Amino acid sequence: MLTCKEFLQEISDFLDENVDQELRQKLEAHISQCPNCFVILDTTKKTIQVYKGVDAQPIPSDVHQRLMLAIEKKCAARRQTSAS
Amino acid sequence: MTTTETGTFDEAELVRRAKSGDTSAYSELVTKYEGKVFRLAKNITQNDEDAEDVLQDAFLKAYEHLDNFQEQSKFYTWLVRIAVNEALMRLRKRKTDRTVPLDEPVDTGEETVAREIAVWEDDPEQRYEKTELRRILDESVQSLKPAFRTVFQLRDIEELSTEETAELLGLSIPAVKSRLLRARLQLREKLTRLFKRKGEDVFAYL
Repeated sequence: MLTCKEFLQEISDFLDENVDQELRQKLEAHISQCPNCFVILDTTKKTIQVYKGVDAQPIPSDVHQRLMLAIEKKCAARRQTSAS
Repeated sequence: MTTTETGTFDEAELVRRAKSGDTSAYSELVTKYEGKVFRLAKNITQNDEDAEDVLQDAFLKAYEHLDNFQEQSKFYTWLVRIAVNEALMRLRKRKTDRTVPLDEPVDTGEETVAREIAVWEDDPEQRYEKTELRRILDESVQSLKPAFRTVFQLRDIEELSTEETAELLGLSIPAVKSRLLRARLQLREKLTRLFKRKGEDVFAYL
């Protein structure tokens, strides 16, 4: 059986379903007998899910305004170039 | 305003209009993605000023090169590549500080230990207000070493592939994988301290 340390080394590839069948079986056998590693696997999976599930914060309005202004300038410059 | 909630069709349409010089279409794309680009820039540069510069430069550069954008790929993925390059360039410019170059080998060989082992609450994120949860998640990512933080950002937040991440950061695939492993485990530890079920530990399972 894999040791916990060996299991942890593979946890990321395991979650990404990026392990071959033989290794997957070993990893599954390990968690079926090791509650600690089961919890680590489960909470690592949830960690990734939590990050995926949260939208980015709206940007501060002054940052947004400066960005829009910079883009408007650029667009105006491009229109001028293409007009001339 | 065109609905851009989802729908690749709408986005493709916006990109086409922007390409033909429709400024309002490009503004819609900017409004849709500015939050994500700003978060990405902030997580890489760890500095508000630099992040704002990266934000502006990325959207301006994307506008300039819009004609080169191949419409079969996703606009956001294309934009992320531009933003990451801008952010990395800015990091390199900051010679005075102690920033370690991201492509420098980091010691990922030390043991991957898990100290905090505890079951989480069901849907722990429901216990926090959205703003508070974002703050917790951002701060946790920002407390990682730059080498881990950037890989996590690209792989698990921007959802780039291992290969794309390796190429953008100038790293080997095994280096991306080992950094991602460390980043995920470290974040798991940090979040476990906040999200663990009270009054219960793993031994309840034994």
